[in-house]
Amino acid sequence: MGYPFKPHPRETLVLSKYFGEREAISLDGWQERGGYTALKNALGMDPVAITNVVKESGLRGRGGAGFPTGLKWSFMKLGDGKPHYLCCNADESEPGTFKDREIMRWTPHALIEGCAIASYAIGAETCYIYIRGEFTEPLQRMEAAVKEAYAAGIIGPNAMGSGKTVNVWVHKGAGAYICGEETAMMNSIEGKRGNPRIKPPFPAVSGVFGMPTTINNVETLAAVPHILNNGAEWYKKMARADNPKSTGTKLWSVCGNIARPGNYEVEMGFPFKDFLYDLCGGPPTGRKFKAVIPGGSSVPFMNMEEAEAALMDYEGMVAQGTMLGSAGCIVFDDAQSIPKQVARLARFYAHESCAQCTQCREGTAWTTKIVERIVDGNGTSEDLDTLLDIAEQMTGKTICVLSDSCAAPVVSALQRFRGEFEALIKRKVQPAVPVVA
Amino acid sequence: MSHRPSASAGSALKPAPHGHEAAPYKQVFVGETRERLEELIKRYPTRQAVLLPALWMVQDVNGWVSEEGMVETADVLGLTPAYVKGVVTFYTMYHQHPVGKYFIQVCTTTPCNVCGAEDVVNAFLEQTGCDELGVTSPDGRFTVIEVECLGACGFATPVMVNSEFIENVTPDRVPDIVGRLKRS
Repeated sequence: MGYPFKPHPRETLVLSKYFGEREAISLDGWQERGGYTALKNALGMDPVAITNVVKESGLRGRGGAGFPTGLKWSFMKLGDGKPHYLCCNADESEPGTFKDREIMRWTPHALIEGCAIASYAIGAETCYIYIRGEFTEPLQRMEAAVKEAYAAGIIGPNAMGSGKTVNVWVHKGAGAYICGEETAMMNSIEGKRGNPRIKPPFPAVSGVFGMPTTINNVETLAAVPHILNNGAEWYKKMARADNPKSTGTKLWSVCGNIARPGNYEVEMGFPFKDFLYDLCGGPPTGRKFKAVIPGGSSVPFMNMEEAEAALMDYEGMVAQGTMLGSAGCIVFDDAQSIPKQVARLARFYAHESCAQCTQCREGTAWTTKIVERIVDGNGTSEDLDTLLDIAEQMTGKTICVLSDSCAAPVVSALQRFRGEFEALIKRKVQPAVPVVA
Repeated sequence: MSHRPSASAGSALKPAPHGHEAAPYKQVFVGETRERLEELIKRYPTRQAVLLPALWMVQDVNGWVSEEGMVETADVLGLTPAYVKGVVTFYTMYHQHPVGKYFIQVCTTTPCNVCGAEDVVNAFLEQTGCDELGVTSPDGRFTVIEVECLGACGFATPVMVNSEFIENVTPDRVPDIVGRLKRS
């Protein structure tokens, strides 16, 4: 629902049904709402059958990459005699995104249930939920819920009396955006600096502690119990008629210059124009929308023409030159300077670069310096070409995609709002100290 | 962008120029805390895996992670102090200098920035008497920093005071928030 606002009639409430409902937080409250029935059933199923249901449902990763979840699970070789691990990515740090936070605050047991089902399906006896250190309230709620679930025998050495072992532990991060990258997260769990690892080997072969590992986003895992309870067909139907590749519901975090910021849950393929103006209430009074970043700060900007034509699923966003990403939607109104906000985004990436790869370490810092000097009125006519050249050098050349993520807003902003940058360069600020003859 | 910090990674904290001496180091991994650490170790196949949780314990007890804290952690987990320092310096939430009694983090990343977060930062600097971002106030009570995305963008501007998370902070709410901290 559009938490903190009331649900809108055009939303489809699955994951967010109990946002804002204090009674749903506790184990009792969650079980009264049908919680843990999916886990109970799952523990009596063949793990491969669970993976097949998830595959059939069309569920794709909700963290940003959109990889098919069932397929990811099927990469885990069952019965290989090695310990397997599940890591739940709750390091939600992508600017614009705050959906996992609400899942953990309001429905912590939904996440534990999803983690337990997924662990069993991939042959893992241990799941680590990696939560960013700044999320003090979600951490507290998740830790309390894990404790309750252990005490009730729902997880632990004999999960729900099944004889199967499912351990779920909360692991607290310490402030690093990059730890949301799956291989960086595994290093962080191992007690290392959060530097991403070169792939291959992929995590399903050699992941955390060198063992087969699956990493799934909070929202992905929280959707799993609903899919098992209601069936793959039910989930698949929530899609555009002409696009079966994106299925189910999606939580959209909406923020920036908009009347009703919050989390909204709609079916895949929902028209973005209706979403912005109807569900979210349009721009703040007296203003107009100027631009939207629809999928967290790492995806390209859209102008309003593109945004109003977009459909809210993986392919619909690609069709408008951007990506669904984490569905963290940042809206800019006509009072905002795009160059200033690009500078701020670049500064974010420069701050968060792990500095392993030269292209990223240097590229994010130089991008920041150049865009900031343009904003300060000290830009030169060559700066825009230099920025594009740097962006080119930063794309597709590094261990992880943080570098690409810094380049995407720069390039897309220059494509759509080049005039704003040029105006700043032309209106060059005069030297502060007048030259005395 | 009057208070633009360095774009380079790493801690935004600066040593306090006001001559505050850090309190003597309190040993961390003894008694109940040591037991908690040993319990945590059982969750992982290696002792090294509890390095982040162990450093949190050091910070909880001492308020920051000093060289002594790194040495004690290294000893307990069978690591070298140099290795531990390498990890500490990677993560922004471990304080490498003592901080004020109230450590105030204001999110100023893009979504909050377009909602006026820079004005919130300025209001905190003014109300707390901090001259500069990352520098503790002369009375030792406050340290204000800008923080990158706190993950609560729909509740702009989110502010963290120690572990307390405050949503929807606007400049006009800042005097009340700081006033409450001054009284407590």
